[in-house]
Parts: sequence; C-alpha cells; structure tokens
Amino acid sequence: MAYRHSIRGVTHSFEDLRTLLAKASPARSGDELAGIAASSAAERVAAQMALADLPLAIFLNEAVIPYEDDEVTRLIIDFHNRDSHRDAFAPIASLTVGEFRDWLLQEETTGDLLAALAQAFTPEMVAAVSKLMRLQDLVLVARKIRVATRFRTTVGLPGTLCSRLQPNHPTDDPAGIAASILDGLLLGAGDAVIGINPVSDNVATVTALLRMIDHIRERYEIPVQSCVLAHVTTQLQALERGAPVDLIFQSIGGTEKTNSSFGVNLALLDEAYQAGLELKRGTIGDNVMYFETGQGSALSANAHHGVDQQTCEARAYAVARRYRPMLVNTVVGFIGPEYLYDGKQILRAGLEDHFCGKLLGLPMGCDVCYTAHAEANDDDMDSLMTMLAVAGVNYIMGVPGADDVMLNYQSTSFHDVAYLRSAFGLRPAAEFAAWLERGFRKELTMQGLLNA
Amino acid sequence: MSDALDCSKLRSYTNARVGLRRAGTSLATSELLDMAQCLAEARDAVHAELSTASLMQQLAGLDLQAVCLKSAARNRAEYLRRPDLGRRLSLGSRTALEQVGEPTQGQDRAWNGAPRLIIVIADGLSAIAPERHALPLLDALLPMLEGWKIGPVVVAEQARVAIGDEIGELMRAELMLLLIGERPGLSSPDSLGVYITWAPRVGRSDAERNCISNIRPEGLSYGLAARKIAGYLTEARRRQLTGVALKEDLPQIKA
Repeated sequence: MAYRHSIRGVTHSFEDLRTLLAKASPARSGDELAGIAASSAAERVAAQMALADLPLAIFLNEAVIPYEDDEVTRLIIDFHNRDSHRDAFAPIASLTVGEFRDWLLQEETTGDLLAALAQAFTPEMVAAVSKLMRLQDLVLVARKIRVATRFRTTVGLPGTLCSRLQPNHPTDDPAGIAASILDGLLLGAGDAVIGINPVSDNVATVTALLRMIDHIRERYEIPVQSCVLAHVTTQLQALERGAPVDLIFQSIGGTEKTNSSFGVNLALLDEAYQAGLELKRGTIGDNVMYFETGQGSALSANAHHGVDQQTCEARAYAVARRYRPMLVNTVVGFIGPEYLYDGKQILRAGLEDHFCGKLLGLPMGCDVCYTAHAEANDDDMDSLMTMLAVAGVNYIMGVPGADDVMLNYQSTSFHDVAYLRSAFGLRPAAEFAAWLERGFRKELTMQGLLNA
Repeated sequence: MSDALDCSKLRSYTNARVGLRRAGTSLATSELLDMAQCLAEARDAVHAELSTASLMQQLAGLDLQAVCLKSAARNRAEYLRRPDLGRRLSLGSRTALEQVGEPTQGQDRAWNGAPRLIIVIADGLSAIAPERHALPLLDALLPMLEGWKIGPVVVAEQARVAIGDEIGELMRAELMLLLIGERPGLSSPDSLGVYITWAPRVGRSDAERNCISNIRPEGLSYGLAARKIAGYLTEARRRQLTGVALKEDLPQIKA
C-alpha cells in the first residue's frame, strides 16, 4: 500500500510502510548507505507527517518483512495476537502514531499503564513513534518506565544505576582479567554483571573464566552474576560440562536472516533459555538471559529487507522480550561511522534504543561507546550517558579507563559510573551496595583473586 | 580505596587502564590528558595517508616487484561512509592491474603448478600500521616461504579487506595474503591485521578467510606472526581452503 503527503503543493509518495518508516527516520549514515534514507529534509518531514496520521493498527496489517519469510515477524504478530495482549491494546488501538506520541507524553499516562501495555506494543509501533520524538521526549517517556530484573542483584529499580564490569583482555589472561575486576570492584562497578568478551570462543576458555569469577564471588561473598560472552552454543557446551554459568549471552538482531548471520535462531535461543532456567543459580530471581544489539547489524549482515536500521533494532527487542532477560543493551556506537556517523547520530540512536526497549518492557542498559573512526569523542559520550541517566537507564558499562584493550573501542569507565551516581544521587543495586558497605573491598588483593 | 592495595601495581598485570589516578571520583588531569593524547593518535591514524612512495622503495629493497593501486573510494571521507567502495578497485586501477596480472612471455616465472601467492599491503583504518609493520613482517616471513611463487606485491590505498578478492581474481592468485591497518584503539593506533584467503574471488565471505590480528611490537611480534602466517599458508595449500574449516584443524603453533 502506498502513502502520500503534500506540502505546499508538492506531493511526496512512499510506496509501502517500510519505505515510509525509512524516509521518516532522522538522518543517519546507515540508512543512507542502504539507499533507503530520505533524499531531502523536506521529504523526511513529509514522511513524518504521513506517518503521524497513520493508525497504530496499520502495523498489525502491513508487515515490514512478510510473515511467511521471517520468524521474527511471526513472533511479533503471534505475540501481539494473544488474547491478553490484544485486550490490553484495545483502548489505544484507534490512536494514530502522532496521537500515540501525545498520549505517551501526557502526565496521566503513567509508568504502570505503560508497563501493562508493554507486551501489546509491537516494535514497529514504538519505532514509528520514536521517529516523531525529540530527544527530550525519548527521555521523558522512558523515564516513566522502570523494568527491574533479578538474579543475585536487583537491576533497574528507581534511584539505582548499575554497571557491567567489562574486564576484557587481549589474550584472555586470567591475571590481566582479575586486575581489571579488582579495579572495578574497588570503584563500585559490577552490580549488573561481570561480563567478559573472550578472544577465544571455545569451551575451555569460557569454563576457565567462569570458574575464576565464581571462585572470586564465593570467596568474597559478592552478590554478582557472571557471563562470558562467547557464542551461545559455546556457552551451552560449557554448561553441559559443568561450568558455573550464570547469565547466558547472545548477540541478536531484528530479522531472521540477521540472527542466522549470528548463528542463532529462536529455537536455539529457546533451548538456551530453558537450559539457563534449569540451573536455578539465581538466588533472588530467575532472569537468566543477556542480549546485546545495535543499530546497523541487519544491514551489516545484508539482512535488512529494505527496513531502516532503527526499526530493525526495535524488532530485535521483540526477540529479547520472549526470554524475560536480566540484561539487554544496545552497543550503540560500536559498529562504526558507516552506520552512525558522528556523536549526534550516536546520541540519538542511544536514546531511541533505550526508549524503544523500555516501552517494549525490557530492562534496557546501554553500552555508551564510539570508535576512533567515528566523528565522536568523550564529550559526546558524556552527553549520552548523562541523558540516559535522566531517562532512567538500568546500567552502563564499566571498562578500565573506558578503553577496551581487546575490542579496541571506547566505552564508559568505572569513573563514569561514579560520576552519574554522584551527579544524580543514584545508588548501586541494593544487594551490591550492602556488600560494598560491609567493607569486603578492603580484603581484595590480586593474590586473593587469583587463588580464590 | 583499599589501603592494602597499591593500585599502580595492577598495571603490571594488564595493559588495560587500571589503577588510574583520581580527583574525587573523576579522573585526574594527568590521566585525562594522557587519554586525550592516545585518542588524538588514534584519530590521526584513521585520517593519515599511506606513504606509498616510501613503501614502494622499501619493497624494491627486498627485491619485490610492486604495483600501487587505489580503491573506488576517492578520499577518506567517502571511504569511511562507503565500505562497499573500499572493497572494489577504481576503474583506473583495475585497468592497470589487468596489464600486470598476466606474466608476459620472457619473464621467468614458472607459475603453473605451484600456488601463486599474492601479497597486498593496504592502509585500511590505520595507514601507520602497514607503514610501520608491513616490511618488518615480510622480512620475517619471506625466508619461511622458500619455493613459493610470489607475484608482484600490491600496495592498495583507501582499501578494505575484501579488495583482495578482486585483486586476487584479476591476478589469478591461488592464495591472497593481505596486510591491513586495523581500526585504531586508544592503546593501539598502529595494529596490523593479516587476512589469508584461498582462491580469492569477488564475493568471498569473511568466513572463508583466516585472520591474524594485533601484529605490532606491543602485541603479536613479527616473528611469531610470521610463523603463524606460514603455518596457515602451508595448511591452506595442502587442504586447498581457508576460513572456518581450516582454523578448526590447524595444529597449534608454539609460541
């Protein structure tokens, strides 16, 4: 179905819904690279006006990727069509996308109300409305929604800001990783997860690193959860051989083909989720999955079907939502300037992702980050992390000096986490805060960690 | 902060930025400026131009025939936004290569039979990486490749990894060894990566290549990298493939 909008006698037409969404997207290099971006500022605003007039129901009737071709589309539609979800949606079913924005911003639209609708929204609806929103809108609406998850700590409660301690090392050296863990714990990081990206994706490495963190956790009685972010199949093999697996990680995308490029599908993720649940290692909750996403991954895998990168990203959240995850974060600036060119594009994308994820009921964190070949620097990261803190982000990363010496990109540091906590009066997760207050930190030593 | 621990000692365990000096909970001025300097080096590395004349001269010194080519990306700005253009040769370079690709009569090159290895030196995202490390690496590697038929070395500007597929196809290479500047990190502005591709042809996927990363004095040494490369090349030649399948079976190379 084609869509039209006229401004000053000039009629702009858009051949289908995915084209309209792409043209309505605020500018970013990835959509330009894909050849689907608006060709002028006037065309972009015409698309936004046309989009604002569409009823939300249109996203249930016109799939951006056909139902028959893509299991993520099937997941989205079938999930929405569950009776309870359809019933929840009924009161807002008649709104247009523009009215939906107005409704989201009203004071009467509370976080509780939005939480009750989280399962009924589709990713395309929330992506569409985000395209009509300024950064302050993305912040204000996201701020209403708190999504708390639990394993050994509680992440996402109001008044808290957590962090993933990311102690990566270029050769997976246990002592090198332990040094970064020690530094992070001393500075109050790690309450979301201690999560290592391994260089070597094999069972032996995954097992050795999980054992090390587990021993440290037990010796010092630290309420944390661990994760080694290898491929999900590697983690499952380690789990089968008795490795102490807490959270199970996987990178995911918003199309079946993107997930296929990551070597996963819903059946495999279902299997991983069940395996994680059966371990029952969480002491205060059973959120066992950890997902990372990022705008541009579908285009990068040549798997975007002409759908803009921000809509593809929101669709990835529908995949995540299926598994009641402990943690979900976009790795927003990691992918490079061909997808998000500069600090301005990274800033917007980070806030869009956080907003869309929260609206869909996810415990959103953000890897606030950039690469040296993007037009960005630490000032841009300060802007994004500060706005995310205002928006109520669940967690950010804690990397020594924000410099990931394994993945070669700039994320956020332990000091950045401390800055946000100090500036906004935010606390670590309650269980972790209690551990910090008990003074165990004074006992931490390298020898202690390595011989734990 | 723990009294029991001298944070500066943490630095002996890792090159990660642990134990940084603080002002309040924020970074101290000296740390901030140190990181600003590292980012400046990384940013400058991204935007540096490859000194092709100097590279060509050094290659001549190693007795290697060399040719200089450009990708279809016209400048750095276009290169950064259009990775697809960095994967293809410019029209002019393609034409130039078609002329050198075939051994002319009278050249003493018994290229039939033995695998023909083509080496490409590319700027990638850090021109200073190949400028600093490509020649020392080849110095270490070439003695390990006795008996290999090595074609002209290609120096490629504004290039991405997959440009080796088009170059290899045009030169009818059986193996492509591509040396390229990796994305600079704050602690590694000049890291060199190496990609090995059996039967390079346009459209090869990254799963069909083997990669050796982080080649620089502070990372993987020239000597060790050369041995790893020679190991891959030998196995690739024996099994007539590269990529995921080769990596799984490759015998461990001792450090």
